[in-house]
Amino acid sequence: MYGGGFLPEENPKKQTETVAEDPALLADFQARIDRGEKIEPHDWMPAMYRKQLIRMIEQHAHSEIIGALPEGTWITRAPGFRRKMALIAKVQDEIGHGHLLYTAAETLGKPREQMINDLLSGKSKYSNVFNYPAITWADVTVIGFLIDAAAIVNQLANSKGSYGPYCRALERICAEEAFHLKQGHDAFVYLATGTPQQHEMLQAAVNRWYKPIIHFFGPSDKESVHSEQLMRWKVKMASNDDMRNQFLDMYVPKVREVGIDFPDPNLKKDPETGKWNFSDPDWDEFYEVINGNGPCNAERLAVRKWAEQKGRWVRQALATPYTKSTVPLA
Amino acid sequence: MSDQNKSLDPRIARLELPQGESIVKPDEYWGTFEVFLQEKRGKFHQHVGSVHAPEQEMALVFAKEQYARRGKCVNMWVVKTTDIFAFQLADEDMFATTPDKQHREAGMYKVRDRIQEYQNRQK
Repeated sequence: MYGGGFLPEENPKKQTETVAEDPALLADFQARIDRGEKIEPHDWMPAMYRKQLIRMIEQHAHSEIIGALPEGTWITRAPGFRRKMALIAKVQDEIGHGHLLYTAAETLGKPREQMINDLLSGKSKYSNVFNYPAITWADVTVIGFLIDAAAIVNQLANSKGSYGPYCRALERICAEEAFHLKQGHDAFVYLATGTPQQHEMLQAAVNRWYKPIIHFFGPSDKESVHSEQLMRWKVKMASNDDMRNQFLDMYVPKVREVGIDFPDPNLKKDPETGKWNFSDPDWDEFYEVINGNGPCNAERLAVRKWAEQKGRWVRQALATPYTKSTVPLA
Repeated sequence: MSDQNKSLDPRIARLELPQGESIVKPDEYWGTFEVFLQEKRGKFHQHVGSVHAPEQEMALVFAKEQYARRGKCVNMWVVKTTDIFAFQLADEDMFATTPDKQHREAGMYKVRDRIQEYQNRQK
């Protein structure tokens, strides 16, 4: 699961900074993408294309790894054996996705160790939603259904992008996410159609997650020059607003059909434009959380560091004198 | 973690979470192996992706976890990435004329018209 990979960079000057590229190579590169061909690891590519892809795939990988944390601690408290088995499988998938994505990013030249260090130091970002706590089982249900649904909208779009290794990883990821979504929907419907207490617990969780869900696709990026270039290169496949709209189109009805609703009286589809309107989701809070001040940022990174430190002796025990980092093939 | 950040989660709250930096060293996550999976007997092994591992046996363990969690599989191979010798993708034009070599294709050889014409001549 993943979202909001296209956050504006902290330094707006960096956004417009481009390296002068050979115009002939650039034209060939663009022509290949326009023909619908994929770019592979050793192909020539513009420096900005490489940099933005590394950033995007790396953030995606971190989101998978950190995203497993709020759910992972619910494994032992899952209500019933079936839910527990599903949650174990889902969490393992998320970690697997993280590794597929780190491998895809490594083909662009950034070693996995460096990506993990950038995550631990707070330099690299991951999806903002994982900085919120999963207080009850209903929160896990909302994550499993709605956050995964939002991630699928994003990932399906990206899987049609131009970089071969990322597309291959996403193809596998999307197939597995289909199970995540179904098991999430199953758990969601179960609570919504259960006892009044279960229904109420689910509604309370939906209320807590509404803002992070609206934040998920990131702020409007329609005006960004940066975004336009990345869309021509098929790094970014749809604007943040379009993906958010697609998500609302698909999932608001699925939430409402079981008597649950989002806590926003302004959440309505404009019949003329086909666009969903909603109240201002407080983008200041979004930036606050991105910058490390969300309810769980410190905890998530501390847990990741804990895993890093406690796992070190295992890695050391397994290492051989021949263990050297290599760039994966494709 | 400071007290105000104390986790709501009892499992996390019991951990002694580390303070400060935790730097991963170069090569700590090992090199890569390419993974080939055979779906059923009689089929070719197909490349499905890569895994990081310290040596080949661990590579097989990780390959099974990563690529054979679902679906069919009867066998897997792992090969050190650096042991794979490949053409440069930049040289792909050397294959460009292959589809034009119709003399290598069964569909090139059509004799029905000629037989028809011969039989008509014999009448």
